[in-house]
Amino acid sequence: MLALLLRDLRLATRAGGGFGLSLAFFLIVTVLVPFGVGPEGGTLARIAPGILWVGALLSCLLSLDRIFALDREDGSLDLLATAPIPLEGVVAIKGLAHWLTTGLPLTLAAPVLGVLLNLPQSGFLWLTLSLLFGTPALSVIGTFGAALTVGLKRGGLLLSLLVLPLYIPTLIFGAEAAKRGAEGLATATPLLMLAGITAGTVAILPFAAAAAIRVNLR
Amino acid sequence: MMLSVQDLAVSRGGITILDAVSLTLQPGEALVLRGPNGIGKTTLLRTVAGLQLPVSGRVELPPEGAAYSGHADGLKATLTVAENLTFWARIYGQRDIAPALKAMNLETLADRDAQNLSAGQKRRLGLARLLVTGRGLWLLDEPTVSLDAASVALFAEAVRAHLKRGGAALMATHIDLGLEEATILDLAPFRAKTPAPGQGGGFDEAFA
Repeated sequence: MLALLLRDLRLATRAGGGFGLSLAFFLIVTVLVPFGVGPEGGTLARIAPGILWVGALLSCLLSLDRIFALDREDGSLDLLATAPIPLEGVVAIKGLAHWLTTGLPLTLAAPVLGVLLNLPQSGFLWLTLSLLFGTPALSVIGTFGAALTVGLKRGGLLLSLLVLPLYIPTLIFGAEAAKRGAEGLATATPLLMLAGITAGTVAILPFAAAAAIRVNLR
Repeated sequence: MMLSVQDLAVSRGGITILDAVSLTLQPGEALVLRGPNGIGKTTLLRTVAGLQLPVSGRVELPPEGAAYSGHADGLKATLTVAENLTFWARIYGQRDIAPALKAMNLETLADRDAQNLSAGQKRRLGLARLLVTGRGLWLLDEPTVSLDAASVALFAEAVRAHLKRGGAALMATHIDLGLEEATILDLAPFRAKTPAPGQGGGFDEAFA
């Protein structure tokens, strides 16, 4: 299992691995928003948590179809399915690798990009915390979506359509926690809801995703 | 007993293509599947490997008994030969990749990226993967595609050594490997007679 994680991380950071793709997209979104909305500080500060969360979510979405499609194309997925490690474990590791290469960098970059959007000082901690609690759910739900569409050619569109509604609760509670934090209000409730969503998806979806892959490989 | 297949029927795309296939493999035995394109060699191997459910019949093999090698080699282009092989070795709980590199004559290529290998060299690396699985039964689907004569001989030697160690191999191949000990099974007599209308492919398949 560790070998699989290390391989995926190594592949992601090698040439053509798509490691920087999500991060670059996130940067582009947050840099462009002030140009589109206008440089007025009050407006930007009000929308900053929401924009940063939507940006992080879309960046995450961008790299989902690579999770299983590449392994499917070169035959690794067949071989992994017949390997001694359980497919549920493979899926969980794939989700973890996706989070380490997209969710975690996005979480770390968000406060820096928050400066561009004039995020109030009190909001930085809560933005980071909400992303830290929420992005694992984005990766795990995305892994499930990728497992459902693994056999399809150009499954990216269907994948986005399947996954977007599942992302909405995470977005609502994540952005709410960041917004409340920025305004100096209590953040416990949305953060707990967010952590609950993450814990629930991590517990259940690897099993669903593994079942989906088994069906798709037939 | 390495493998026992009883009265197996397999389907591709919802249509039953092979019916009533029975075969057994003991340690040290090799069985070569023959038959025209589309007869179901790959489907049979995938079913035995557990990637596909049989329509009917049973496949019995010891738990964690088989290593499957399909048309694709499962190589990552941006990893080196040694990294690719080490990954599969660790997945199967093995450590040493040196004997596999030696057996498939890949030692001089160990540090080269898989994307810079020729088709035949990639295939050799894909076959070297079997040697690091430590599994008794090899399920080989067209193992000799894009191999030159010398590499085919190399591969035949590896299979022979595997059989000597008490392993077994079930393979689909069109060319003669020169394995005297291998038995040949022609799949043509097992072609499914009349696919019953509405069988498989229907709505129920989603819940099968």
